[in-house]
Amino acid sequence: MKYEKTAILDGYRKRNRRYLLVCGAMGFIILGLAIFEMVYGNTVYPISTVIKALMGENIKGASYTIVSIRLPRMSGGLLCGFAFGMAGNIFQKLLRNPLASPDIIGVTSGSSVAAVYCILVLHLSGSIVSIIAMLSGLLVSAIIYWLAQSGPYGFSNSRLILTGIGAQAFLNALVSWLLLKAAQYDVPNALRWLSGSLNNVNLSEIPRLLFVTATVSLFLSVFYKHLEIIELGEHHAITLGLNKNAIRITFILGALILIAFATSISGPIASVAFLSGPIANKLAGEGKSNMLSSGLTGSILVMASDMAAQYAFPARYPVGVLTGILGAPYLIYLLLSYNRKGVQ
Amino acid sequence: MKPMKKFSNSFLLFSILSIFLLLFCMILSVSYGAVPVAYHNVINAIKNVGLEEYETLVVATRIPRVVFGVISGAALSISGVMMQAITRNPIADPSILGVNTGASLFVVCGMAFFHISSSYEYIWLAFIGAALTAVLVYGLAACGNGGVTPMKLALAGTATSIALQSMINTIMLPNGQVMDSFRFWQVGNIGAASWDDIKTILPYFMVGFVLSIIVIHPLNAIALGDEMAISLGINVTLTRVLAALAGVLLCASTTALAGPIGFVGLMVPHLVRAIVGPDLKKVIPLSALLGACLLLIADLIGRIFGRPGEIESGIITAFLGAPVFILIIRKVKVQSL
Repeated sequence: MKYEKTAILDGYRKRNRRYLLVCGAMGFIILGLAIFEMVYGNTVYPISTVIKALMGENIKGASYTIVSIRLPRMSGGLLCGFAFGMAGNIFQKLLRNPLASPDIIGVTSGSSVAAVYCILVLHLSGSIVSIIAMLSGLLVSAIIYWLAQSGPYGFSNSRLILTGIGAQAFLNALVSWLLLKAAQYDVPNALRWLSGSLNNVNLSEIPRLLFVTATVSLFLSVFYKHLEIIELGEHHAITLGLNKNAIRITFILGALILIAFATSISGPIASVAFLSGPIANKLAGEGKSNMLSSGLTGSILVMASDMAAQYAFPARYPVGVLTGILGAPYLIYLLLSYNRKGVQ
Repeated sequence: MKPMKKFSNSFLLFSILSIFLLLFCMILSVSYGAVPVAYHNVINAIKNVGLEEYETLVVATRIPRVVFGVISGAALSISGVMMQAITRNPIADPSILGVNTGASLFVVCGMAFFHISSSYEYIWLAFIGAALTAVLVYGLAACGNGGVTPMKLALAGTATSIALQSMINTIMLPNGQVMDSFRFWQVGNIGAASWDDIKTILPYFMVGFVLSIIVIHPLNAIALGDEMAISLGINVTLTRVLAALAGVLLCASTTALAGPIGFVGLMVPHLVRAIVGPDLKKVIPLSALLGACLLLIADLIGRIFGRPGEIESGIITAFLGAPVFILIIRKVKVQSL
């Protein structure tokens, strides 16, 4: 008995060590990417120049490039990636389906539509766009949830996903229409809303994004254990005395806020929400809530893809195109293995 | 014998009703639009006289659009019937299956790499793209046990769509000219149709239509289950291949000329089956008629609500069709998802 107990505890500590190790390593990778992104570009500046420029010293030529172009791009990628990764992981864990990420079930499109409408038709900008995008994302997911559970045969996760796919078709038609009507002269903006891009991130948007991402993810991290329990299945959650509806709503709300804010700034960066959770699970171990590690994975994905999309090809692409291509083979692999298991 | 006769009477009634509905839609669609015209202009335009008068000319340019709308509406809904019959699956539709995106990808490749701009060549590219995607998506959904459930089919379709869409973006983005023509092609629209388009699409439509009529009987048997069909002496594989060929040919030819127009093939067959039952002998002709009506109505709605411009019919069909898709999902039992 005693032996077993120590074995279990050992395993527990080992897994915790692994988790911390992986998160630490990811943190270093992000730091490296961030430095690289600040230093490298059409002109390569030495690190000392970058630091001086960031401290507010006015260096001719360098200050503008570093503070107004590279800094928002880097921090936008970092934060949006984190938000998408964390929110995607939460959805996948709550619905216990690796395919149930917000970009597949239509939540991201809900935010996108509102943001496109605000920007292209109402000519709004700033935090009001993010707030409206968030409300619309909430509303759309509430409608999807209601549609999925009010039918004659009740709620099921598959019905939720399929309803989301239908809703997404509807919302994407709306986005295409808005883009066709308003975007003849404004193609770059249009692209941001089709696949996600960091080209138009503005320094003034960053503090707001930072504030929201940090608050929401800290708040949700407090409840990470509940997420781990819910992942075990509804029956276990009830047996362990969890108020599963309250937990579910808290997490969904939090995830939606993250997605909506990130979407309103970078557009829906394809596949990041969908890829981060599973990658984090593989690296940091299954069974963990993996909130931090999936967020960090999202940041790495977005930052690295953005660098590659800008400099590795003859033409410059928005980041969403590259992440979309990264996501495709994994999606097909996932479908194959998912079908082989015969999970419904 | 008696109930049989009663059934065919109601079928006859619905057929006549839908023919009238179609005629009504055609007349409406010719006479309403951004420019209001008088009644005698419509008559003159149909008779092909008095084209020097401005209003008559306006009506005359609307005629190919209406004819094209009829053909492509019929093609899309027959294609939906075929896909639903082959997969024995209520939600099969070119847009849900990602077949439209596959056709788009090949058309974009043609535009970007081979500088193709004639609709005749678009058709072949779209056809190849649509066929490959259909096979891929069906293959993905058929893997593993449990057969092809709506859930697996929809997820495989959506996943493939996302993948293909990012490839489209990759090809399109560095190429401003392609992007500009594709941006408008990407939203399905029958507004720009000309007599040349109709001449191009007609042979493909006829082949697809004849093929789908040939497979009516064996497909009806397949609806009872593969084993039953085999024991009735039907070559199941050949039937499926022919029906798939018809379905893909019909939707790809429309997609090539008008761009992707979704959900027509989903909505119409469901409605028709609710009225006349599952017999394909009745479902196919009625779907063709009502599909044509639906596309014309969608086009009209787009013209009425989009004034002074118009809303593309592909957008309107998505607005109408996505709720229908969700309704169907609600009615399916969990086990069969």
